[in-house]
Amino acid sequence: MQEFTANTQPTLDTISHRVLKENLLESEAIYIIREVYAQFDKPVLLFSGGKDSITLVRLAQKAFYPEKIPFPLLHIDTGHNFPETIAFRDKLVAETGAQLIVRYVENTIKQGKVSEEKGRYASRNRLQTQTLLDAIDEFKFDACIGGARRDEEKARAKERIFSVRNDFGQWDEKNQRPELFDMLNGMIDHGQNVRVFPISNWTELDVWHYIKLEKLEIPSIYFAHKRAVFERDGLIWSASPFVYKDDEEQVTHRVVRFRTVGDMSCTAAVLSDAQTIDEVIGEIELSNISERGARIDDKRSEAAMEKRKKEGYF
Amino acid sequence: MQVLKIATAGSVDDGKSTLIGRLLYDTNSLPSDKLDAIRESSLRKGFDYLDFSLATDGLVAEREQGITIDVAHIYFSTPKRRFIIADAPGHVEFTRNMVTGASNAQVSIILIDARKGVVEQTFRHFYINSLLRIKNLMVVVNKMDLVGFDKQRFLDIKKAFETLAEKAGYQQQISYVPISALHGDNVATLSDKMPWYTGDTVLDLLESIQVDLTDINRQARFAVQHVIRPKTNEFHDFRGFAGKLTGAPLSVGDEITVLPSLNRSRIKEIRFYKDTFETANPGSSFVLSIEDEINISRGDMMVKSSELPIQGKQISAKVCWMDTQPLLVGKTFSLQHGVNRVMAKVDALESVYKTDFSAADTSQTHLNLNEIGQVRLKLSKPIFYDAYAENKFNGAFILIDNQSHFTSGVGLLD
Repeated sequence: MQEFTANTQPTLDTISHRVLKENLLESEAIYIIREVYAQFDKPVLLFSGGKDSITLVRLAQKAFYPEKIPFPLLHIDTGHNFPETIAFRDKLVAETGAQLIVRYVENTIKQGKVSEEKGRYASRNRLQTQTLLDAIDEFKFDACIGGARRDEEKARAKERIFSVRNDFGQWDEKNQRPELFDMLNGMIDHGQNVRVFPISNWTELDVWHYIKLEKLEIPSIYFAHKRAVFERDGLIWSASPFVYKDDEEQVTHRVVRFRTVGDMSCTAAVLSDAQTIDEVIGEIELSNISERGARIDDKRSEAAMEKRKKEGYF
Repeated sequence: MQVLKIATAGSVDDGKSTLIGRLLYDTNSLPSDKLDAIRESSLRKGFDYLDFSLATDGLVAEREQGITIDVAHIYFSTPKRRFIIADAPGHVEFTRNMVTGASNAQVSIILIDARKGVVEQTFRHFYINSLLRIKNLMVVVNKMDLVGFDKQRFLDIKKAFETLAEKAGYQQQISYVPISALHGDNVATLSDKMPWYTGDTVLDLLESIQVDLTDINRQARFAVQHVIRPKTNEFHDFRGFAGKLTGAPLSVGDEITVLPSLNRSRIKEIRFYKDTFETANPGSSFVLSIEDEINISRGDMMVKSSELPIQGKQISAKVCWMDTQPLLVGKTFSLQHGVNRVMAKVDALESVYKTDFSAADTSQTHLNLNEIGQVRLKLSKPIFYDAYAENKFNGAFILIDNQSHFTSGVGLLD
């Protein structure tokens, strides 16, 4: 982050001398984003409205300023979003002047390419993979920038910064390109595309500290609020028309917040009083449940994430 | 907070994953749900202890076989520092992962099994560390519990390693720590079973290691990634060069030379987003403007006029091969040096190095996966480089196969 500090070499103008100090994580992410723009024909930034993609948008602004972000943002809308997220998305896009593309899981279902999951754990989280692959095909995107971090999950810990996918969007974890020093190899065949993760080396706390430092606005659901919820399997689920609920599952109103923003059917809340960024940071520092611990989609099996990535999930 | 990048290497059974799991556990970096999963899994396998190796072995295949097969990245922090570990496997066939993991590391941990001592694998790890010229090394002698916490055993291993370390040929900082990763002795807390050990714990050492981002030759290198021309009302005539600075600081007013054109100018502005600065430190990304109108495009490099790098169309480098398709003399690759790409034809394979430091083999006609060779290359256009030993950031390149587009090799320039 830019810090206005005195130069270590004492000079006459010590007080006015402003030094750009290295923030290795930010500097690395900006370097990666610029490499994507330089090495690919049609990059796109995957924007979910969550804190990680909001961070990515700021990094992309910083990478090219005073130019505008030179590639579009793509939102795969599951139709089961928290309403706060969508309003927030539109405001942010307007502010940056970037182009926004939205593609809907609903349409993929209508086209008969996928069908709605049924039962207690029904979610559109997995279905969005098809919508994403269709959008990549439609716009011929060759690089998709995502906000995934290696600290989130075991299979993500092995992900490259430039992760090459085949025509089906699949990840071949046994045949990944080595990444040496800071050199990024974006050479691909026609039909292949690359998923790019500029904040691979950030942790959840790094993201929160950055949000604070940059004074980034984030959706209100990240802060404590009162919400109609019910408990299942030790997790707190949002009571909503999009989330299946047994009759015997009791709805109560509790003060909660969300640590990640997937769609409503796969994101569980945590009990929290944190109403400011500082309180959220304090809470995470104390918390001993990992971030994706409240992601219902990972609980399906021990290797849930790895299986989804092989299917083309980002 | 300062980030320290650590590379770990070790044979399959050295207990590397256990050490990392133990570091995570002792720094409260294992969240309760992960700890639960480890407890459950350890119990299911019938262990009477917590199998911390499960904290890092990510992929399904690995969990089934109980081995690590690719570089995994692990994150933890203490109030003093943030740490990123690149955990590379120690199999004989996976030199490429070790090189990959170590290429970004400031510190390397070499694990030695106290029962086995310095083995062939140790030579290989040390060789790769030396090849990449990693300055800070931690030699961790693990499984001390299985040799009765014997001081003499530790000293013998230390002595054997010191003999090996003399072969590196450059200044290193090496510390030696006897531990039991399984029981946590000397990992984060000093062991009461080894009162004869007067040094620090693994964690204390990691917290106190000094890292310097300026390079040995202290010369600034700024490779242009992208030319910024906003053409908006506010920035109508703005022309800036986006890149990341390495090696040493740059300041407004510095006289610079642009490569390859050799045109000279002075730095007019150092801009980062909406702020401007007088000086930028190495490691920072920013947008730089110069006083004169000079034609500059992606891949060009700006340096101080008094510190020109080497310009070369015929280069010689130590190449580590990472592809199942061997490197053949006469074959053409894309060579990527930083953000710059040229074509490169293999002129000669002069020798293949032995990772046990014995005499190099000069009879081989091609370089196979996991081999390291002395290679001469002829380039389509000159590159502007430093010897790797002088400037890490401007002294390395990768070779990309033009058919498969795989990153087939990495080169360290002489």
